[in-house]
Amino acid sequence: MMITGAEIVIRCLQEEKVEHVFGYPGGSVLHIYDELFKQDQIKHILVRHEQAAVHAADAYSRSSRKVGVALVTSGPGVTNAVTGIATAYMDSVPLVVLCGQVPTFYIGQDAFQECDTVGITRPCVKHNFLVKDVKDLALTLKKAFHIATTGRPGPVVVDIPKDVTALKCEFEYPKTVQMRSYNPVVKGHLGQIKKAVQLLAEAKRPVIYTGGGVILSDAAEKLTQLARKLGFPVTNTLMGLGGFPATDKQNVGMLGMHGSYEANMTMHYADLILAVGARFDDRVIGNPEHFGKEQRKIIHVDIDPSSISKRVKVDVPIVGNVPDVLEEMIKLLDDGFQADPAVADWWRQIEEWRGRDSLRYKQGQYIMPQYVVEKLYEVTGGDAFITSDVGQHQMFAAQYYKFDKPRRWINSGGLGTMGVGLPYAMGVRFANPDMPVACITGEGSIQMCIQELSTCKQFELPIKIINLNNGMLGMVRQWQEMFYSKRYSQSYVTSLPDFVRLAESYGHVGMKIERPEDVEPALRKAFTEHKNDLVFMDFIIDPTANVFPMVAAGKGLTEMILAEDL
Amino acid sequence: MRHIISILLENEAGALSRVAGLFSARGYNIETLTVAPTEDASLSRMTIVTWGSDDVLEQITKQLNKLVDVVKVVDLSEAAHVERELMLIKVRATGKDREEMKRMADIFRGRIIDVTDSTYVIELTGTSAKLDSFINALDAGLILETVRTGVSGIGRGDRILKV
Ligand SMILES: Cc1ncc(C[n+]2csc(CCOP(=O)(O)OP(=O)(O)O)c2C)c(N)n1
Repeated sequence: MMITGAEIVIRCLQEEKVEHVFGYPGGSVLHIYDELFKQDQIKHILVRHEQAAVHAADAYSRSSRKVGVALVTSGPGVTNAVTGIATAYMDSVPLVVLCGQVPTFYIGQDAFQECDTVGITRPCVKHNFLVKDVKDLALTLKKAFHIATTGRPGPVVVDIPKDVTALKCEFEYPKTVQMRSYNPVVKGHLGQIKKAVQLLAEAKRPVIYTGGGVILSDAAEKLTQLARKLGFPVTNTLMGLGGFPATDKQNVGMLGMHGSYEANMTMHYADLILAVGARFDDRVIGNPEHFGKEQRKIIHVDIDPSSISKRVKVDVPIVGNVPDVLEEMIKLLDDGFQADPAVADWWRQIEEWRGRDSLRYKQGQYIMPQYVVEKLYEVTGGDAFITSDVGQHQMFAAQYYKFDKPRRWINSGGLGTMGVGLPYAMGVRFANPDMPVACITGEGSIQMCIQELSTCKQFELPIKIINLNNGMLGMVRQWQEMFYSKRYSQSYVTSLPDFVRLAESYGHVGMKIERPEDVEPALRKAFTEHKNDLVFMDFIIDPTANVFPMVAAGKGLTEMILAEDL
Repeated sequence: MRHIISILLENEAGALSRVAGLFSARGYNIETLTVAPTEDASLSRMTIVTWGSDDVLEQITKQLNKLVDVVKVVDLSEAAHVERELMLIKVRATGKDREEMKRMADIFRGRIIDVTDSTYVIELTGTSAKLDSFINALDAGLILETVRTGVSGIGRGDRILKV
C-alpha cells in the first residue's frame, strides 16, 4: 500500500520503538503533525521553545538508554534547535532531530522559513541528511537511528521538505542497514589489551581516569569490577560522574579545573594512567605542557580513534567499545593479578592529599550553596536524578552530590550551555517517570529556558528546581574577582523576578529559603508533602561563595588555588 | 611536512562541504583540493594537499575517517606515489616574446593549445614544483592569467585505493 511521507515518518518512529517525541509545530511539518494526531503510540511533548525540545530529548537519552527524538519546523524552528543540537554533539548524545524544510521545488529561492539546515547544522552533528525523494525516507531514517546510536554516539539531523511528507510511496522499514562508509570498530585489539594489562601490573603509581564514554557505553559495572580488582585510585571527569561509585574509598573524586586536590595530584603524579572513555580536554588536564612534564605511561581506551593522541601522546591506544575492552581486561586479570607492592605507598601519599580536605567550606550567616547540595543529597538519599545548568552551581552540584550510579548526573559538559537544566529535568522525567528529579540551577541560567515551566505544568512534571540564587552570574563574577581585579563587568543580575510568584503564576509551588536552618526542612517538605508538585525553591545564598579548588585557565593541574589559601 | 591525502567518498550532495568544513573548523591547511567521480559513479575521489606535523596529520586522517561519507583515506606521501597537476597559462606572445614563449613551452614539455595574434595558452602537466618553476622561468610581466587544477595523486605499483 502506498502511504504518505508523513505517515512513513511516524511508522519509522514506531518501528524504532520511539515512545516520546519532543517538538513544536509549524508550516513545514504540518503533515507530520497531522499523522501524529491520528495515532497514540507515540506521545508528543509540546515544549515552549525548540531549544528546549532538543535539550529534553537529549536528557531523555542521557538518563535512559533510549534515543531522544525531536521534531521542529523549518527556518526559525531549526535555528532555535541548533543550541540543543550542538550541546548534544559536544557530549556525544544519541539523538535524531527531524526538521521540516520548504518544499524541494522552493529550496534555494529564499522561500518563507527556508534555511540551509544541512549547512547550518553540519559542524555540530554526527551526520545529517536532506531527503529529496519520498522513496529514500525510510532508509534515511533507519540510517539516522543507526548512526546516532553506534560507534561514538551523536545527534543526527534529518531535513524533510514538506512535499516529501505529502508524496506517497510503498513503505517497508529496512531490518538492517549496511553502509560501506560507516563501520565503527567495536572490538579492541587483543595484543594492545595484553600490553595494557602488562603495564597495569608494573605500575607503581597508577590511576584510572574515566569520562563520559563510560556512562554512554553503559560500562559502569565493568569499570567498577575492573577497578576493584586492580585496587587502583579512580577519578571521574565531570561527564564521568557515576561511572564509579562516588562513595567508594577508591574514588578520589572529580578531577580538572574544579576537581578535588587529591584527584588532580593523583592524576598528575601517576606513573600510569588508564584512561577510559575520556579525552584529556583542557578543563581536565589544564595546561598540556605542564601536564606533559611528568614521565608516565598512558593507556587510552575509547571508541573514537580521533580522541586518542589528540591532546596528549598515548603509549597504548585501544580503540573499541569500552565495556567489551574492559571485559577483556578483566578476563586477562583473572589469571591472577598482583599489583606492584609500591602501590601501597602510593595510596599512603593519596590519603595524605585527601587529608587536605579540599572541599571544606564554612557555613556562616548566609546559606552556602555547598550546604544546599549536601542537604539535597541527604534528603534524596543520593538517589535522585540531578540536572544542572552552567556556572558555579553546576560545579557545586558535581562536587557535593555523590553519584553512585551512572546516568544520574545530567549536565552540559562540553558546550557548557546555560539554560539546559529545566528542559533536561523534563527529559529525565519522561524517561524515568517514577524517579525524583532535581534541577540545580542559578538565577541566570534558569531564566534562559524559564518558559518551560509551562510545559512542566501541562505534563504535571514534579521537578524540584533548586535555584542557588546569588544575584550574580556567579561563575563570571568569580573570574572577574580573581583575574580582573574585581571589575564586575555585567555579571550582576538586576531586576530578578519574584521566583515564588513566578512559579505560582504557572500553577506550581514556590518557596523562598533565606536562612541556613530552613534549608533542610524546606527540602524535606518539597520531596514529601510536595512530592507530586513542581517546586521552585529559591535559595538566597551567600553571593560571595566561590568554587574551589580551582585550576586557573592555562595553569597546570597541580597549581590549584585552594579555599584555604585565601 | 607536505602531505598528499587521497580520499574515497560517497558521491553525495554535501560530501565535499563536509570535508572542506572539517579542514576549516579544525584549522587544518588546504593547499589544493581536487575532486571528481571515479569509474564507479557512486564514489568520488578527492586529493588534498596539506601540511602539518605528524600529530596534525594523524588527526586529519582520523577526523576524515570519522566523517560518515568518507569510505577510505590514505596519506599517499607515506610511500611511493606519483602526483600531477595541470596548469593552463595564458601569456603575452608578441614580437620576440612569441618565439621565446614557444621555446620555454617546449623545454617544459608544455603544449600551446590556443593561439591568437598576441597570446598563447600553454597547457602544462607535472608536479606542482615543476609548474612553479615554469612560472618562475617566465618574465612575470608576460603572464596574463594562470589556472591550476590542484594536485591529483595515485600510489605506485600495487598500492591501490579501492573499496
Ligand atoms: C548560553 C550561555 N551563555 C553564557 C555562558 C557563560 N557563562 C558561564 S557561567 C555563567 C554565569 C551563570 O550564572 P548563574 O546561572 O546565575 O549561575 P552561578 O554561576 O551564579 O551559579 C555564564 C554567563 C554560558 N555558559 N552559556
